[in-house]
Amino acid sequence: MKKKKRRKNSNWQFWAIISLPVIYAIVFAYIPMGGIIIGFKDYSIRKGILGSNWVGLKYFKQFLTSTNSLLVIKNTLILGIYTLLTFPVPIILAIGINEMRCKWYKKTVQMITYAPYFISVVVLVGMMMQMMDLRSGIINLLLGRIGVGPVNFFGNPKVFRSLYVWSGIWQTAGYSSIIYVAALAGVPQELEEAAIVDGASRFQRICHVDFPSILPTIIIMLIFSFGNIITIGMDKIYLMQNSMNASVSEVISTFVYKVGVVNSNFGYSTAAGLFQSLVSFVLLVIVNQACKKLTDTSLW
Amino acid sequence: MKKNKFRYMSVGDKTFTFVNYIFLSLIFVIILYPLIYVVSASFSDPQAVISGEVVLFPVRPTLKGYKAVFQNKKIISGFINSFFYLFVGTALNLIMTILCAYPLSRKEFRARGFLSLFFVFTMYFSGGMVPTYILVNKLGLLNTRAAMIIPSAMSTYNMIICRTYIVNTVPDELYEASQLDGCTPFRYLLSIVMPLSKPIMAVLTLYYGVSRWNDYFTAMLYLNNDKMQPLTMVMREILIMSKVDMTKVADASAVSKLQGMSDLLKYSTIVVASLPVMLLYPFVQKHLVKGVMIGSVKG
Repeated sequence: MKKKKRRKNSNWQFWAIISLPVIYAIVFAYIPMGGIIIGFKDYSIRKGILGSNWVGLKYFKQFLTSTNSLLVIKNTLILGIYTLLTFPVPIILAIGINEMRCKWYKKTVQMITYAPYFISVVVLVGMMMQMMDLRSGIINLLLGRIGVGPVNFFGNPKVFRSLYVWSGIWQTAGYSSIIYVAALAGVPQELEEAAIVDGASRFQRICHVDFPSILPTIIIMLIFSFGNIITIGMDKIYLMQNSMNASVSEVISTFVYKVGVVNSNFGYSTAAGLFQSLVSFVLLVIVNQACKKLTDTSLW
Repeated sequence: MKKNKFRYMSVGDKTFTFVNYIFLSLIFVIILYPLIYVVSASFSDPQAVISGEVVLFPVRPTLKGYKAVFQNKKIISGFINSFFYLFVGTALNLIMTILCAYPLSRKEFRARGFLSLFFVFTMYFSGGMVPTYILVNKLGLLNTRAAMIIPSAMSTYNMIICRTYIVNTVPDELYEASQLDGCTPFRYLLSIVMPLSKPIMAVLTLYYGVSRWNDYFTAMLYLNNDKMQPLTMVMREILIMSKVDMTKVADASAVSKLQGMSDLLKYSTIVVASLPVMLLYPFVQKHLVKGVMIGSVKG
């Protein structure tokens, strides 16, 4: 009886401790979730969210049929798939780092490759614009010396996608490799030794010992990457946009920002944002189920 | 010893080791070169930078760029604002995170299962940009410093990392023992959990701190008052939108001089703005792996 009472008491105290985060989540996560109904309404500031008239799926239809927004969806998907294709880069990097025997060099490589992750996107895009400037950028000056004409990196729609994806790899490949390096460190020593005794070469050991051991980690990361195919974060691409590359650089997130916040077309932009989160969520679930069936590894 | 090992390797393994070192050195150079170039350019003579004389090391070293940075009132005010958002914001992040992670780590807390789901759900689904924007507007936070701090008071992802850490490292026996001594849950948080979670707090400080320092989008969304803009927004103006007026300069040599000076200012701004994070980075780097590992083992 006494014990029960004390338990109740401590539960009350736990509630008191967690109350602030709970209030925060309700206000800044759950109330905006309720705000999704704006996507189905003709929102007017005067009438408020609840008082505005319902328009049903009008905005969704508009988003999925107008040529303008179809281009935006296409751009988002192409960039997303391109990014997904570079998924193996951090894994290769991690395997390479893991195979290094020279300790100090390994430490230095890790230190430098992780560092760009901590640079702000504003600085990253600023650096790119400076170094790739048509006339005074070092990259074009060096290209000029070997006889390749200046490349207009930011003005040419053909280069834009590669520029976006590979600058992302420059910034995050090292950091993304950390998780695989850690997984590789956990590969049982006995397995490695047994493979050596069997006469396996280092390359064979990577293929038959290391790779299968880190496969669960790879699959988990792959599931997340699939979920992100349609979610191109707005931070970097918005900074890289200009009128010359707009035909390939406009993606759903920047579209939502421009239509919603800049032009105050709240309903339409909420619908576009909701479309993106729904597709991303559905993709995540489908890929997760597929992985569960095929490999026994899954998020949930 | 190591050399001997290398000698006894098969030819295939030798080739592999060789190729591997070449490959990683290549990546190393590709990642390092832009960083070195920016630093070198920021110390070089403006004319040498735009004419391509600077390739690796500074040419005709000068501190003109840095002088220009520290004379620029906008940059200074951006710095002060950014530091404010960094300190207040990160402090709030850490407090909220531990206040949330600790109760969710205690199995005595009966609402734990429900609340975990309640928080995790916000990770996978959100209202999106516009409903959040309308909410911030309705709360009267638009164009206030609070808008930079409060809407991002906690990251659920980081909170889960913190909770997993507490569950795995703070021994359960301690809780029982402290209960016998009449310790309340709140007291237990202050005297046991917080001191024992210092390593994870270091990692989270880095995560939160970096995202606070590097964030420009929140400011673009919620602020339009010049006085409150963080450094990233000032940099966006200087670096991306290139707000250096060149139309008024008539002759070509003056244009090129101004162009050189503005380039130098840009490089120096990049270095100065990245310095705080880069100085912090080596101290927390060793904890990074730990943080990433805990994050990947989901709770």
